[in-house]
Amino acid sequence: MSTNDAYYIPNKAIWPIIGTLGLLTTLVGFANYLNGSAAGSTFMIIGLVIFIMMLAGWFSLQAAESESGMYNHGVGISYRMGMMWFIFSEIMFFAVFFGTLFYTRNLSMDWLAGIGDGPGRSTAMLWPDFQAVWPTNGPGNIGGEFEEMGAFGLPLLNTILLLTSGITCTWAHHGLLAKNRDQLIKGLIATVTLGFLFVGFQAIEYYEAYHDMGLTLGSGVYGSTFFMLTGFHGFHVCVGAIMLSVVLFRSWKGHFTPENHFAFEGAAWYWHFVDVVWLGLFIFVYIL
Amino acid sequence: MSAATAEHDDHHDHGPEKGLLRWIVTTNHKDIGTLYLIFALAMFFVGGTMALIIRTELFEPGMQFVDPQFFNSMTTMHALVMVFGAVMPAFVGLANWMIPMMIGAPDMALPRMNNMSFWMLVAGVLLLASTLFMEGGAPASGWTLYPPLVLQTGSALPFAIFSVHLLGISSIMGAINIIATIFNMRAPAMTLMKMPLFVWTWLITAFLLIAIMPVFAGAVTMLLTDRFFDTSFFDAAGGGDPVLYQHIFWFFGHPEVYVMILPTFGVASTIIPVFARKPLFGYSSMVYATAAIAFLSFIVWAHHMFTVGMPMAGELYFMYATMLIAIPTGVKIFNWTATMWKGSMTFEAPMLFSIAFVVLFTLGGFTGLMMALAPVDFQYHDTYFIVAHFHYTLVPASVFILMAAGYFWLPKWTGNMYDEKLAKLHFWLSAVSVNILFFPQHFLGLAGMPRRIPDYAVQFADWNMISSIGAFIYGPSQLIFVYIVYKTIKGGTGEKVTDEVWEGAKEQSLEWTLPSPAPYHTFSTPPKEVPTMSTGR
Repeated sequence: MSTNDAYYIPNKAIWPIIGTLGLLTTLVGFANYLNGSAAGSTFMIIGLVIFIMMLAGWFSLQAAESESGMYNHGVGISYRMGMMWFIFSEIMFFAVFFGTLFYTRNLSMDWLAGIGDGPGRSTAMLWPDFQAVWPTNGPGNIGGEFEEMGAFGLPLLNTILLLTSGITCTWAHHGLLAKNRDQLIKGLIATVTLGFLFVGFQAIEYYEAYHDMGLTLGSGVYGSTFFMLTGFHGFHVCVGAIMLSVVLFRSWKGHFTPENHFAFEGAAWYWHFVDVVWLGLFIFVYIL
Repeated sequence: MSAATAEHDDHHDHGPEKGLLRWIVTTNHKDIGTLYLIFALAMFFVGGTMALIIRTELFEPGMQFVDPQFFNSMTTMHALVMVFGAVMPAFVGLANWMIPMMIGAPDMALPRMNNMSFWMLVAGVLLLASTLFMEGGAPASGWTLYPPLVLQTGSALPFAIFSVHLLGISSIMGAINIIATIFNMRAPAMTLMKMPLFVWTWLITAFLLIAIMPVFAGAVTMLLTDRFFDTSFFDAAGGGDPVLYQHIFWFFGHPEVYVMILPTFGVASTIIPVFARKPLFGYSSMVYATAAIAFLSFIVWAHHMFTVGMPMAGELYFMYATMLIAIPTGVKIFNWTATMWKGSMTFEAPMLFSIAFVVLFTLGGFTGLMMALAPVDFQYHDTYFIVAHFHYTLVPASVFILMAAGYFWLPKWTGNMYDEKLAKLHFWLSAVSVNILFFPQHFLGLAGMPRRIPDYAVQFADWNMISSIGAFIYGPSQLIFVYIVYKTIKGGTGEKVTDEVWEGAKEQSLEWTLPSPAPYHTFSTPPKEVPTMSTGR
């Protein structure tokens, strides 16, 4: 392990504190907005603008430093480890919502209906008519009647789109490794396009849920888990697609070599992670 | 292994920035470590003041000084500030300072993220503190933030939730940095099983942090949507379940308490061999025990919920699994004892605090074992017994070891010796008063006094008064520590310390081979060989 023989220690940078201030402003604004304050959304927008400026500034700095050859092999390993464990933290974040879905479907719904010896036994006295049938919006019929989201319309199409984008992403990577810039750029364009198409179809799906099916975030625990899981996933698809767009832009400008392309790899890992989460969603939220 | 490895001729970087900007934009692990430590010390006093408000109100039965809502805010905020503002940042500060110096690295692996991680912490604590001044007061649900109670919080709720998000981001970034540093930046001679235990315990702690902070973030996000976006995660009428929150919270919460204790173990394992002038006993068993405790921490969470009405199989499983933790923890206690056995011990302040830690943590551990018994816990649950238990594992354990670490490494950081007499006074005042403060709470709990209440039945009056007197001694005597630190930075006793500071420390671990004070940049080239006494060889 001799990678730190001349480990590159970066210069001081103003971006971390700016990013923190941006995020803090955003969250203060959002909290005020939730509390019904008129100024809240303004602060939120200001904070977001600062945050996006930070992202642009910090990433340009990193890209410039990388292109000028400042990062050696050891730094690349550190970045990869950072990305890897960041993705692991994201997996744990999604695990919470999957866990919520499993717990609700398999344990607490039965207890609510008076089945088994769990903590909900007494609720059978409160709601004697409640039947443990998924999907449910609970014994209080919270949010009113709704239709269940089927698996084999838009969701199946989205599954195909996302899986295909995983393939095009890997194809682009092969292009990069083979110094075939044309293949790299085409592959990235395809990946990003498929990603945004996915988000577009999901928006249509949400629109139909809200307007035709009566299915909303407020539709009891089914609506809650459905929109929370797919919503956070959709958000992550957007983030991943933006990351890949930046990589695409840099590829155009001639960045990356077969040896040095951490930004591409990090974004690609993230994209595959988003892919796998979707498979979990498709199986547990839509099909089962 | 000579001091010459610490070169000043840095080819790519320069000294620190001038003025205040140095501290804002710094990427130096020592600067960031200092920031963390100072911030943690300040928060220790903020949280301590809240504790004194609690103990003042509880000095006598009846309502004296604060209204019940504010009292509950104080118990909640005391816990959150101490956990997320004081103890965790203090250990991250130590990690920043010591890990690169202990493994022969020039800095942390991701220095800019390191800076951001500190400022995210400050932002998170600021958000949290701001809730004290809001309509409806600060959160008053206890630090566990259980629904539906916490959903009754006033304007403070979204701020508290976003504060948790920021603290989570900060911890995750810090943990990723520590993992990357330890895996990628060790000197070639520093193999994994030659690492000092402080480094090992932090490596394992970092994994815990990355696994649990997103879980807490997810849980509070669901609180947010339940309150503001009509979701029904924790609402039975909508098919949800408030107990689900408790499961998720404690899946985070139990590893979280080990996040505070594992680095404590690491520092103790670093200090005790130095003052016993012996190799650490059972180094590899210490490493495996730490890993075992970390693993077990993920599969025991519901022992915090024995009285919630789980199915019997759950009660039994969580009871037995929890009792297993006593085994690796016992391994550690016996190893520390064996390290001291027949050693040429001297009793400077770091050693005194460490010995007190071994004894008093064992006590806190044993009460933990008592509460692991599900049937018995039905009596202890939510009483002062649990308050006594976890304060024994946090104050005379984590906080004592933080003080020990301060005294142990201050000479290395500043190049000056601290005032040993004052430090001993600090130790004895703390060690005696902490027991006056927390020991009676065992009796109160066993007699049935519930926790988180501002008033109590008169039969609890005597022990509450004694406990409060202990608090009034313990709190102010911590100011001695601040004075000693200040004086040491300003020149200390005037005695210049040697590189190894403590007799024979050079043979124990790498940081003592560096000059005192440690230069701004250390180990720009990795050391050729590493001392191994701290690993028992």
